[in-house]
Amino acid sequence: MRALFRQFLWRFIGGAQADRSVPPTGFTAQLTVFAAAAMAFLAVFALALSLATSRLADRWSEELARTSTLRISAPADQADAQVRAAIGVLETTPGVASARALTAQEQQALLTPWFGPDLPLETLSIPKLIEIIEEGSGYDATGLRARLQAEVPGAVLDDHTSWRAPLVKAAGRLRSLAWVSIVLIAATTAAMVTLAAQAALAANAQVIRVMRLVGAQDSYIAWAFIRRFTSRAFAGALMGSLAGMLGVFFLPSTDVAGGFLTGIGFQGVHWLWPLAIPPLAACVAFFATRAAALRRLKEQS
Amino acid sequence: MIELDDVAYSYGGAELFAQVSLSLAPGSFHFLTGPSGAGKTTLLKLCYGELQAIAGDVRLFGAPARTLTRDQIALVRRKVGVVHQDCQFLDHLSVIENIALPLTVSGQDVDLANLQDLISWVGLGSQAEQLPPQLSGGERQRAALARAIIMSPDVIIADEPTGNVDWEMSQRLLTLLIELNRMGKAVLIATHDLNLIRAAKSQVGTRVLRLTDRRLQQAGADL
Repeated sequence: MRALFRQFLWRFIGGAQADRSVPPTGFTAQLTVFAAAAMAFLAVFALALSLATSRLADRWSEELARTSTLRISAPADQADAQVRAAIGVLETTPGVASARALTAQEQQALLTPWFGPDLPLETLSIPKLIEIIEEGSGYDATGLRARLQAEVPGAVLDDHTSWRAPLVKAAGRLRSLAWVSIVLIAATTAAMVTLAAQAALAANAQVIRVMRLVGAQDSYIAWAFIRRFTSRAFAGALMGSLAGMLGVFFLPSTDVAGGFLTGIGFQGVHWLWPLAIPPLAACVAFFATRAAALRRLKEQS
Repeated sequence: MIELDDVAYSYGGAELFAQVSLSLAPGSFHFLTGPSGAGKTTLLKLCYGELQAIAGDVRLFGAPARTLTRDQIALVRRKVGVVHQDCQFLDHLSVIENIALPLTVSGQDVDLANLQDLISWVGLGSQAEQLPPQLSGGERQRAALARAIIMSPDVIIADEPTGNVDWEMSQRLLTLLIELNRMGKAVLIATHDLNLIRAAKSQVGTRVLRLTDRRLQQAGADL
């Protein structure tokens, strides 16, 4: 295994003279660098999207799983009594860390996006809301509902299950789409490199003839092209990745603009992830060029 | 080293030649002559594995050519120096780098300074750093010859090596080939140039073969 790796390194890093056998210029060089840079740039954003949706799904799942809401619909003269009764029940329920009734201001703030800030809350028959924070493995929802039905008839427990699941599912779908995008980007890179390599091999038919005439083996000729296209793809992807990282870095922050989309980005060690794109692009180019070169050399024999 | 036994070849179903037998032994010197289109170049290509015979046996350094893989044929070519009439080079490399190409592709360390003797021997000392397109026809032939012998091959095959050069230059090339033959190399030259053949016969024992009417024959006494 070590010998194989050494041979690989010798072939890849060594052989500068061998590399010179293939003319250095041509549109395929620019095409490969540009394609790798563009694809890496896109891959950075797809990766950022994937990581952002992962965080979002985790956050939604975590936050919503740890909280629930008790809604009390009762006549105005009974509402406060029912709230107190409900809190009493909740305080004695295992798995409930805390329970508190939302203030009128908090309820007003919740309704402001729909009805505006001047809503006369006291004139409307709005249910009272109690926020429940869970602890440990949470409470037994079925048991709590039964107790509430007996002691607080107007209470409806919403543990967020019904709308948490589709949100988490949607975030998961977004993450899957981001990964599919990354795979498509890799496939497109492979296709572009294959085309460029084939064009280079066709343009260098005479070079191949001369090298064969003087005793070059297929693997030697193929490596001359493989090294070149792999290093070009790496250089292009490095440029594209750095540009993409800069683009992500300068996206407006969540604090400024708010909302989900501005949450796209990298946090902490996730900034290292885009640095994996250039080596991966080089790997894609390596295998694409190798396949194209060996196929072409077989055809030309 | 190279043996052709009852070999035939055809292009598109039309037989080019058949029942051709030839043996290139160490130190032998052969001329191959014949009219244009008789198949001289094709016959040479069979001798270094670029083409496969459709009938008969070709043995390259003891191995049946038909059984050799592309990589094995590449190894055979390191033992056979080939000079074409239209010498092909890598035009982006200098003359000396082109001459060193067989060493490069075989993975040997190349010290260009050590090649000066060879470059001087073929009379290209002052052109070593030039690019191939800057060379004259004769200089290209000599560069091709230097490239063909740099691996110290056992066999040298030349296809019309003097086709593009004047008489004086062809004599220089012939002298080089004769010197190599005296070192024990087998030489096979395809040529139309009867004067070249006569000049060679006056200096070295040669065998002249004529490829005509789809058969390989010993040339007449006039040659």
